[in-house]
Amino acid sequence: MTRHIRHAAVFSCLLLLALLVNAARVQVVQSPAYDDNPANRRADIARYGAPRGDILVDGAPVTGSRDTGEQLRYERTYRDGPLYAPVTGFSSQRYGTTLLEHSEDGVLSGADPALSAFPLIDGVTRARPPGGQVVTTVNRRAQRAAYEGLGGRKGAVAAVEPSTGRVLALVSTPSYDPAALSGNGGAVRRAWARLNTDPDQPMLNRAVRQTYPPGSTFKVVTAAAALDAGIVNDLDAPTDSPAPYTLPGTTTSLTNEGSGCEDAPLRAAFEWSCNTVFAKLGVRVGVRNMVASAEAFGFNDPGVRIPFAVVPSTFDKAVDQAQLALSAIGQYNTRATPLQMAMVAAAVANGGQVRTPYLVERTTRRGGMTVSTAGSRPARQAMHPSTALRLKELMRDVVREGTGTNAAIPGAVVGGKTGTAQHGVGNSGTPYAWFISWAQGERDIEPRVAVAVVVEDSSLDRGDITGGDVAAPIARGVMEAVLTS
Amino acid sequence: MTSAGIGIAATVRLPRRRGVELALLVVAVLLCVSGYCAVGLARNGGVPPGAAGYGAGLGALALCAHLAVRLRAPYADPLLLPIGVLLNGVGLVLIHRLDLETPGERAAPAQLVWSALGVGLFTCVVLALRDHRVLKRYAYVSVAAALALLTLPVLFPAVNGARIWIRIAGFSIQPGEFAKVLLAVFFAAYLADNRTALAYAGRRIWFMQLPTGRVLGPIVAVWLISVGVLVLERDLGTSLLFFGLFVVMLYVATGRTGWIAVGLLLAMLGAVAVSALEPHVHSRVEDWLHPFASIDAGLGPGQLAQSLFAFSAGGVLGTGLGLGHSVLIGFAAKSDFILATAGEELGLAGLSALFILYGLLVERGYRAGLALRDPFGRLLAVGLASIVALQVFVISGGVTGLIPLTGMAMPFLAQGGSSVVTNWAIVALLIRLSHAARTGER
Repeated sequence: MTRHIRHAAVFSCLLLLALLVNAARVQVVQSPAYDDNPANRRADIARYGAPRGDILVDGAPVTGSRDTGEQLRYERTYRDGPLYAPVTGFSSQRYGTTLLEHSEDGVLSGADPALSAFPLIDGVTRARPPGGQVVTTVNRRAQRAAYEGLGGRKGAVAAVEPSTGRVLALVSTPSYDPAALSGNGGAVRRAWARLNTDPDQPMLNRAVRQTYPPGSTFKVVTAAAALDAGIVNDLDAPTDSPAPYTLPGTTTSLTNEGSGCEDAPLRAAFEWSCNTVFAKLGVRVGVRNMVASAEAFGFNDPGVRIPFAVVPSTFDKAVDQAQLALSAIGQYNTRATPLQMAMVAAAVANGGQVRTPYLVERTTRRGGMTVSTAGSRPARQAMHPSTALRLKELMRDVVREGTGTNAAIPGAVVGGKTGTAQHGVGNSGTPYAWFISWAQGERDIEPRVAVAVVVEDSSLDRGDITGGDVAAPIARGVMEAVLTS
Repeated sequence: MTSAGIGIAATVRLPRRRGVELALLVVAVLLCVSGYCAVGLARNGGVPPGAAGYGAGLGALALCAHLAVRLRAPYADPLLLPIGVLLNGVGLVLIHRLDLETPGERAAPAQLVWSALGVGLFTCVVLALRDHRVLKRYAYVSVAAALALLTLPVLFPAVNGARIWIRIAGFSIQPGEFAKVLLAVFFAAYLADNRTALAYAGRRIWFMQLPTGRVLGPIVAVWLISVGVLVLERDLGTSLLFFGLFVVMLYVATGRTGWIAVGLLLAMLGAVAVSALEPHVHSRVEDWLHPFASIDAGLGPGQLAQSLFAFSAGGVLGTGLGLGHSVLIGFAAKSDFILATAGEELGLAGLSALFILYGLLVERGYRAGLALRDPFGRLLAVGLASIVALQVFVISGGVTGLIPLTGMAMPFLAQGGSSVVTNWAIVALLIRLSHAARTGER
């Protein structure tokens, strides 16, 4: 019997051994695969287990965290949610993250290894550093001025600092409160459904994720191309353009809103936004030079990130002469985001140099210690400095005595360009009112702000809709806010 | 009795080792209290106010048991009681820790009450049972009681697919837990009496010596009834446990290797038949083969997948007590799946330590069996140790994906009154048996 008891003991020992080996298999060998299984909630729980870092505007957080005590514990709160939604995006337990909440998620959630003071030790102990902070370039007063300027209308504003590319304002209306999407409950699901079925698309970031026909504001690009290519040398020389202008190879004739455009010199044509003059200029510059110029301003670039992606603005490369003529006045397939048009104005203000726009000044650890800074960003020469100088003059004239007088700021140098873009089938839609501009304060050595404003559906009668009436006052508000801050 | 190799002379007594037992008990209680404090520190950032009370309660239970051993079983193995206290204490910490995740549930205090009852039973057994051979007289009473206990839950409604509970006035009892000890007593008594007949009588067919039907009949009948009842109650784990217990005890009693072959054959036949006939069992096997099938089907992870995730999250060193998320497993986290919490929060290191504690408990049981001289005592010790070994294997193997999952209670660790009381009874019997073995009188 003793021998058999020993056998039974050995058998028990084997069972114990099998358990130990299997435990090692599950906890060590298979562990990475189990940990990465998307159905394993632990990654999510860890992610929401600590308060998320904040997004800062002018040194003050526009976000916060609320402890719910639930499994996905900390939920996002927003200060002035609708105002900053086009910058912050949302952070939702259920629907993930967008915009800065998405592109800076590593820093905000604490997952970025750069946040760790001791990456190697933290890697072993699996400690997660507290979420870092994202300091934005946004100017709080400019942002608010743009938002209030748009009011209840559908539209967008983008403002940049010409000399650096810092994005000073990014507004899209109608907006939404991202706080409604924080969390995981039924209210969040209802808010999501409501926002997604809203015909006004409140979650669409019109400043960077929507392109519009830029209309006459694109004439800045056409003028730059014409001046750079030497098609026009004297701003005041007649341009030999008929009005109306019959598009090359067609019987379609192009007219102007106003009169006095026939054979107008560039200065007058720019001031009064003559379609005929610029259409013909575009044809004379030619497809290759027009495309090169537009791309130098940033058109057709699919890789713009600020750090979230900006949809590419387009200038069609495969066009016939008639299409080129229309493209040159910002119609046909020419489409631009408000941010792109702000870059066009900024290029003029900055001596022809286009600075890559950016929205994040720096990221820091929770204590405020800097993790990364925006650093120097590539610049591109969009036109000769002399061309920029002459365009500046033209844009100043627009505000001083042309279509953009509504943007004038006493005591400051302001340049602008209006636009009224046709769209829809047979141009049936309410035209988009555009205004792009830059401003330089009395004591500034260079322009401090460039703005683009687009208003989709103003409540005014169709005949009266012009960028100068609807969009220019909004731009003025933003520029004043920047100049006085 | 073939007791060659046992060299304990009748007059030589082993040292008593009660001081060692007391020291180990202090260590066990301190370990449990520090675990309780660790949970409080991790969850609320402070030592929980109940720590002193919990420590005092566990310490009082341990002291009570220790005094009973000192009084009536001074030669007992000094490891058995501290292992029981440590496992029970760790179980209380884990249940308390899981209570914190589910507001409104207070399973830990109930478990403490049951533990007190268990230690009470332990004390009674150690004090009252002067000679374990007395139990042999009650072999048939035991088996009648065991069968009655096993049949009783059929009259009560099923819970989670198994009819193994009796619910009276808010209390739920799992009579099958008690039945296994009674069955071990019966098997030991019966096999001790009939082992020669079982081993040598009867016809020889091929290479196997078949015992006569007269000898084998009653025991197979008892076994068939118990297993049959379990199949009706859909408690596969206990069924597997009884089956294993029966085979091991039969093998040890008769020394016939053939029993193992027959046992394995029957086990395989039974497994195939049951898994084909019982949808409940069939789904368990499917879960075991494809633990992530429900995830692929878009239904989210099942219990086994959640359990594997929990073990994996623990890694080698664990997340630390109170810092895991094994509550994701759901309703069985405190009972069937309590080991997953241990695996997640204590890691492979802690889990291995727990397995080794169980291994020591089993080994000490077998050692008592080896040192005893009376066949009944030897078989009873082997049977009790095997119950612990098999139960630990079946439930641990189930929750770690080694074998199909069967709902069973991890001895001492899991929430469950009947289980804790039964396990204290097992330790009490082992204490008595080891005392008898180590006095060397018999």
